[in-house]
Amino acid sequence: MDWFPLFNSLRIAAVSSVLVFFAGIAAAYYAARLPRMLKGALDVVLTLPLVLPPTVVGYFLLLLFGSRRPLGMALESIGVRFVMTWYGGVIAAAVVAFPLLYRTARGAFEAFDETLAQAGQTLGLSNTYIFWRIRMPACRQGIFAGVVLAFARALGEYGATSMLIGYTPGRTATISTTVYQLWRTGDDRAAFVWVLVNLAISAAVLCTVGMLERKQRKGVRRA
Amino acid sequence: MSLSVDIRKRLDGFTLGVRFETDDPVTGLLGASGCGKSMTLRCIAGVERPDEGTIVLDGETLFDAARGIDLPPQKRRVGYLFQHYALFPHMTVAKNILCGLHGEKDKAEKQRRLREMLALLQLEGLENRLPAQLSGGQAQRAALARMLVSRPRLLLLDEPFAALDSHLRDQLQPQFAALLREYGRQAVLVTHSRDEAYRLCSRLCVMDGGRILRSGDTKSVFADPGSVAAARLTGCKNIAPAVRAGAYAVDVPDWGVRLTTARPVPDGLRAVGLRAHAFHPDESANRFAVRWTDAVEEPFEWIFLFRCAGQDAAAPPLWWRMPKDQKPAVPPEALGIAPENILLLT
Repeated sequence: MDWFPLFNSLRIAAVSSVLVFFAGIAAAYYAARLPRMLKGALDVVLTLPLVLPPTVVGYFLLLLFGSRRPLGMALESIGVRFVMTWYGGVIAAAVVAFPLLYRTARGAFEAFDETLAQAGQTLGLSNTYIFWRIRMPACRQGIFAGVVLAFARALGEYGATSMLIGYTPGRTATISTTVYQLWRTGDDRAAFVWVLVNLAISAAVLCTVGMLERKQRKGVRRA
Repeated sequence: MSLSVDIRKRLDGFTLGVRFETDDPVTGLLGASGCGKSMTLRCIAGVERPDEGTIVLDGETLFDAARGIDLPPQKRRVGYLFQHYALFPHMTVAKNILCGLHGEKDKAEKQRRLREMLALLQLEGLENRLPAQLSGGQAQRAALARMLVSRPRLLLLDEPFAALDSHLRDQLQPQFAALLREYGRQAVLVTHSRDEAYRLCSRLCVMDGGRILRSGDTKSVFADPGSVAAARLTGCKNIAPAVRAGAYAVDVPDWGVRLTTARPVPDGLRAVGLRAHAFHPDESANRFAVRWTDAVEEPFEWIFLFRCAGQDAAAPPLWWRMPKDQKPAVPPEALGIAPENILLLT
């Protein structure tokens, strides 16, 4: 059995989660302090990928990165190609998963008690220190939930991924595109194996979340 | 040691316009909630930015809108004790205090100052607790330790006792006052409690609607609050409109009495205030006949409610408050009030 789809799915989900983590937190942090009107407008734009059909997102990505499009051509001239490559899978998964992190992180930032940051400032702590050592830890539960959701969503991404990077065994195949291809070609047994793999990964993710949550609760009680 | 504040800031519903200078050890800002007193403190700390004005501490300009000076809070070296203490919830007491020592690079010195602070504020044994595991008084001491360890030039105290139970408040205030004296730096204390203001502050600014109504040394502010709002904020219970009846006399139509005053009646007199403790049955000055309406027993005091003989029966009664041991066996038929106890309000 060829394990490439598992490896490919994991690397796409991992890399896109990291991208989404930084992009989502930056967007959430600035959105949380915008005036209401602007925030509403930004919210619509940034949440759109969550409600659009993934194939539509894939269509937009092709419009952007297609090899005959200005951006696509410009990127190609410096040797970067997002169509039919695993990097493209990262982009597709990141765009689709981004709103999940953005929304949970923004909720957490909005609930943050600003006097904590101000206390840090009057103590002379730098704004960078305050962000990473005070704001982020205080918001960690919301952000952690967002990361897990984003990772799970990226791992299961199908629509936008298949539009942008298609299905090439050994190059762009992911678990979800593999399941579909195997089923379509009548290889039900192999498809079922990948379904089991998928179930195992999902269960592992959920167990990890549960364990971390328990540990955190206990930590607060005991410490 | 001197602080000079002259700032204006537009806020929802009103404009904050505050101006005071002080070199007193503890200056109080007394006012009802929403009067802008906390906002004033936040502007001094630099976590809020005034629209106009200047803030000068010990000769150093912290803020000057006209000259474009606005030191970030990190550079002001001003300590801020927040109303709910703002301890970092995920850090232990020791780590919270160490946040005030981040500038100290020498590890041994850092530990020494941490130990010193833990001892000073009786936090020994609590250093590994999280803020959620502290009582209100312990949280207050931890926040004080975190603030003091950074050796600020000025202490800003935002309702330091509001988050505590009342019995704890009374118990902790003397310790708190002693600590401020020992630290030896200027402090500005924001409070809505006249008792707290009276006990802790040598100088007082009474605020209402974003402005300072009256400022001066605390005793003189209580003795002569100057305006109706300031009289209420300093706890005066009996206030009624008054008109000038002579150089040392005022008429109070609502109560149907004429009162003789010790001080000359000012121009623009609007009302008089009589503190509930100021009446006396044996006082010969300003005597008037009274009709008793009710009596309220408090743990250590009695409050007698009465109307003056000439007062409309629908008008609110006046309060006379006295210690329990001075309660007369039979309510007197007349009360008097010394001329110097009549607050003339404009």
